[in-house]
Amino acid sequence: MAEDVWILGIDMTRFGRHRERDPLDLGAEAALGALRDAGVGMGDIGVLAAGNLIGGNGFGQLLQKQIGQTGIPVYNVANACATGATALRVVVMAIKSGEVDTGLAVGVEKLSGAGLLTGNARREEGGHWVRDGRYGAVAPLDGRVGTETMPGVFAQIGMEYGYRHGGVDFELFARISEKNHAHSTLNPKAAYQKRFTLDEIMNDVMIAYPNTRPMCSANCDGAAAAVLVSETKLRTLSLEQQRRAVKISASVLTSDPWQEACQVLPDINTLTRQAAATAYEQAGIGPGDLDLVELHDCFATAELVHYDNLGLCEPGGAADFFRSGATWRDGTTPVNVSGGLQSKGHPVSATGIANVWEVATHLRGEAGDRQIEGARVGLAHVIGLGSACGVHVLEKSAA
Amino acid sequence: MQRVPLVDYLVLDDEPHLVAAECTGCGARYFDRRSACARCSGLAFRPVDVPTEGVLTTFTIVQFAAQGVEVPFVAGVVDCAGTSVKGNVVNTPPDPEHVTLGMRVRLTTVPVGTDASGVEAVGYGFEPVSDRADEHDH
Repeated sequence: MAEDVWILGIDMTRFGRHRERDPLDLGAEAALGALRDAGVGMGDIGVLAAGNLIGGNGFGQLLQKQIGQTGIPVYNVANACATGATALRVVVMAIKSGEVDTGLAVGVEKLSGAGLLTGNARREEGGHWVRDGRYGAVAPLDGRVGTETMPGVFAQIGMEYGYRHGGVDFELFARISEKNHAHSTLNPKAAYQKRFTLDEIMNDVMIAYPNTRPMCSANCDGAAAAVLVSETKLRTLSLEQQRRAVKISASVLTSDPWQEACQVLPDINTLTRQAAATAYEQAGIGPGDLDLVELHDCFATAELVHYDNLGLCEPGGAADFFRSGATWRDGTTPVNVSGGLQSKGHPVSATGIANVWEVATHLRGEAGDRQIEGARVGLAHVIGLGSACGVHVLEKSAA
Repeated sequence: MQRVPLVDYLVLDDEPHLVAAECTGCGARYFDRRSACARCSGLAFRPVDVPTEGVLTTFTIVQFAAQGVEVPFVAGVVDCAGTSVKGNVVNTPPDPEHVTLGMRVRLTTVPVGTDASGVEAVGYGFEPVSDRADEHDH
């Protein structure tokens, strides 16, 4: 039986615009912060897993040159928006395998001003039609055969839930965004801490119906990092380190299994359901035991479907579940008390560690004004389109 | 005028329709060129005609897109008797009053443009099936 893995130290930079700082500055801040929080140094770290999608190759090695070149193995990972969770998962696997007892996971992105993440701008047309790619397309398909924009893809994912189960409309999705923006006002690390009224959200610029601008994740800069240790190693450390350590009671990564329509519209449901089921089994808990959840609300339309995918509500009952108030911070299952990606921000590779930081900070009782009182168990979820799903279940230290 | 389809899986004959590659082992259908079946890893495919009418199972109205993409437009997925197809909803105003979940739609062709030698490229979309058209069909 592989031994348990614990978070010994974890940190995130403030999310937002960091004009004067490059990805290495941000990554170093988070990594050094996590090491300081853990009470260890680079000399204690046996493995480094690093993610940075927009930067160049070999980000992990470049980061070592800023924080300590010790010759340890580096795994540069990429899994779209699940890149941070993947880095974390790599370190978990390395510790569980028994090869190392301590490891560092880092995720960084600079996305301020990146604008719409979409297919390529259309090239100048003219000349002669030439068949291209696996569809034999003679012209770009974005806008001619559906949409390749992320707000549009995720809008369809939320609307499809409405087709299958009913009870879903523009206002419902806007109210989900209203909740997350309200939550963000208590989070000093959020890129945006502005509360919006429902009317303001619904009347803002429409990007892809039903997602208006505040219902879309905010492109911004940020980094997050975590130091993980084996249970055996943890028991050799100080009582204070043991008290603040957070147990990773489940760590799961899935990809999307074949489904009829998944070749036409990405299926972010099946792989999340499978990851959640495996995570609950690993952790020996059920969704009813969760004191808080950070889930991948890259768009308001995505948050709704994940209530169902993570088993937080009755099958098909996500709309009623939300309308009951359950996912507000004073509800039965607070979701995205950080403000979520819509207001905290979504620096892609950092996201999958930053949401673990949020949950861990509540379990440690260190979340300040936004503390969920008495939080003992939490779940962090991310989706990288393509797709990859990371789910981590965290538990407060018994010490 | 000579015409070419926007994509390989669009057939421009008297009754334009889509053709999927169906796995002979498990029946999974694909619109692009496949090395093997994503469901069962089977290696053999046969072409099958996809029904031209179906139900709109989801949509979005895109107002903001990459440079050069005309907005607004309606992107959606149509369940054509069990085969899901991606496409735009056309020939109706792009607003939630005219485009609704579960509406019946049918395949139609959409002009894409003409190249330097006068060859026209033709794409596809789905248009609402109006009551009047239903009567006409019967």
